[in-house]
Amino acid sequence: MSGSLAKMMRSDAGKGLTLVSPTLIYALLLLAAPLASIVLLSFWTQLATVAGQAQFDRTLQLSNYREALTDPLYRALMLRSLRISGMVMLVTVVLAFPVAYFISFHVRPDRKSLWLFLITIPFWTSYLIRVFLWRVILAYDGPVNSGLLALGVIDEPLGWILYNANSVVITLAHAYAPFAILPIFVALEKIDRSLLEAARDLGESKAMTFLRVTLPLAMPGVLAAVLIVFIPTIGDYVTPQLVGGSGGTMIANNIHAQIFALNDRPMGATLAVLAMLIVAMVLLWGIARARFWLWLMDRAGGGFAGIGLALAVAVAEITVIRVAFSQGPALIGAGASVIALLLVATALSAFILWRLPKGRWGI
Amino acid sequence: MSQKTPIVTLTGVQKYYGDYHALRGITAEIGQGEFFSLLGPSGCGKTTLLRSIAGFEDLSEGQLLLDGRDMEGVPPNKRPTNMVFQSYAIFPHMNVAENVGFGLRRSSMSTEEKRRAVGEALEMVGLGKFGARAAHALSGGQRQRVALARALIMKPKVLLLDEPLSALDKKMREVMQVELIRLQREVGITFILVTHDQEEALVMSDRIAVMFEGEIAQLADPETLYRRPNSRRVAEFIGMMNFLPATVLPTGPGGGRVALEVAGLGRAELETAQCPGGAAIGEAEIGLRPESLTVLYEGQSAEGGREAEGTVREVVYYGDMTYYDILIDGAPSPVRVSMRNMPGRRVLDFGARARLAWDPRAMVLFC
Ligand SMILES: Nc1ncnc2c1ncn2[C@@H]1O[C@H](COP(=O)(O)OP(=O)(O)OP(=O)(O)O)[C@@H](O)[C@H]1O
Ligand SMILES: [Mg+2]
Repeated sequence: MSGSLAKMMRSDAGKGLTLVSPTLIYALLLLAAPLASIVLLSFWTQLATVAGQAQFDRTLQLSNYREALTDPLYRALMLRSLRISGMVMLVTVVLAFPVAYFISFHVRPDRKSLWLFLITIPFWTSYLIRVFLWRVILAYDGPVNSGLLALGVIDEPLGWILYNANSVVITLAHAYAPFAILPIFVALEKIDRSLLEAARDLGESKAMTFLRVTLPLAMPGVLAAVLIVFIPTIGDYVTPQLVGGSGGTMIANNIHAQIFALNDRPMGATLAVLAMLIVAMVLLWGIARARFWLWLMDRAGGGFAGIGLALAVAVAEITVIRVAFSQGPALIGAGASVIALLLVATALSAFILWRLPKGRWGI
Repeated sequence: MSQKTPIVTLTGVQKYYGDYHALRGITAEIGQGEFFSLLGPSGCGKTTLLRSIAGFEDLSEGQLLLDGRDMEGVPPNKRPTNMVFQSYAIFPHMNVAENVGFGLRRSSMSTEEKRRAVGEALEMVGLGKFGARAAHALSGGQRQRVALARALIMKPKVLLLDEPLSALDKKMREVMQVELIRLQREVGITFILVTHDQEEALVMSDRIAVMFEGEIAQLADPETLYRRPNSRRVAEFIGMMNFLPATVLPTGPGGGRVALEVAGLGRAELETAQCPGGAAIGEAEIGLRPESLTVLYEGQSAEGGREAEGTVREVVYYGDMTYYDILIDGAPSPVRVSMRNMPGRRVLDFGARARLAWDPRAMVLFC
């Protein structure tokens, strides 16, 4: 027995396992175990707090989930969180791409690391300080408002830039910019420059070369940036707490409130589990849609005609979803409509990811 | 060949990279349908010249005409040229057919016509069944063919090839050389090939421009280049050549002929054509190819009595050929002699004495 174990330890797989085992044990203990207890907790019910000690009804029930899915408050919070991190993701990636492109294509090779280094400088101060600084910058009498007033662009200070969803988007987009710039930069760096020359040589303009060669080859980096920004921002707590006001509260703030202020830990756990599931589903759905739209675009022959077709289909689909979302609760009830939507979206995404092979865009 | 209407005209082309002078006044005309090669050692500016024609580099000075049109300020996508890149530059996110059809997006052909054109182009390079193959699943030779088909489908006036065969092994390279020549005859497009392989240039080209340090040292057809190199440098670069010190005698035989005294060989008279770099009285050198020297066996004698004697210093046996290094009496260094091995002909031994026949008609004079 010890012989076969020793043999296994010597095999490549065994060596790999030995190598990762400390990390694996760490991950199991510190990630999987708490996760499992949160899932368990979410099926319990809070009774009362006796002498500072929480009492639970330990029978497994779905009541928390029913409440979370039907109460319009939770639904609005979840939707707002999705919308905010969706916006953050969009703003961050759209702004990060030109920066990454500039560094990769227009900065002298020996200066590139200097530029990347400069981009990380904001990280030398704490996250909390940076959020606070944004609070100062965006304040009613802060530099943005007073600057615009002095320039005569506005007549009175802008109220909509602080203590609402906008300020959360601005602050988070700034905080996550480097995380988006780096993967896109790496993807752009990997593009063989002679490919771009070949496209030009074959008759394409600079703009079309970008669309037909640079962008598809940079897509893995863009996708990484999307994931890196979207997943953590949806659960962000500090930024909405400090600059969000009441209009910028996100799901994490409510989870915090459930656990600490309302003393309803199972409900907090339920919201956390739901947030996780919804993020996973939204991502799956997003990737499947992107793959479908890009496939459609290529089917239409690439170029501007294809982009137009893909955009039209995307807008139509999003409209259908919005209508389903606003009309669904009245037709089949709030909880059922959410569950139905999630199931349909997941099934459709799974079907697309299964049937459509990964295309030239690397998605 | 050069009488054909010029499709590429280079006049005094100069290129600076900062302080570095990469092209130092290139002037040449390349004819319609010609197979033209740029040959030279690494770093002499072949790629720079090719990229300037394609439009990837701006000229610092001079003029480039393509089909009679000045190319100043014309971007690569608007030039009647296409390029096969040294790295092939196959788009990794497209399959073979998509790669080959890449440049057809802007053409007025219908989708069906485009598909047929791609099929024909693939057929032409022998990749008829590979259309759906992913770009990364190709061998080096297949990648090279895809790059070729992708450029040829554009029907360019000039096809530019930057060392297209250098990444292939020797056998594959020879196959592709023949195939390229066949293709060029078939499509009738002007090919400009960059290579640092002199054999490849000789095999394939109608004319060759030998470049050194940003200048064309000699521009001629392969035979002239081989038989009458205009400088010692060109001679050394193309094939193997022996050099022997010689003295140009003041008393010429007249009729444009030049009289020489060659170390170890004796007196020789050359035509003016054998002095492509010119002749001046005094110290000079002659060049003689290894195959222009012949080992004489017992009973054989050289016509005109042009014989020399020496000692075998090296024997290299190649199967079909034997190479000898022979130190001719009175010459400062050994000469290389190549002899075809034939039945009944003995391979000389190291250290043996040998008689050589030489022919003044095969000599070139370098002053
Ligand atoms: N972008 C550039 N900036 C500065 N110098 C350059 C640049 N491109 C080429 N050079 C220099 O110009 C000279 C000619 O380069 P080129 O690439 O044309 O050589 P080549 O003849 O193609 O050589 P090889 O056979 O090695 O490919 C080289 O000395 C090279 O260092
Ligand atoms: Mg080169």
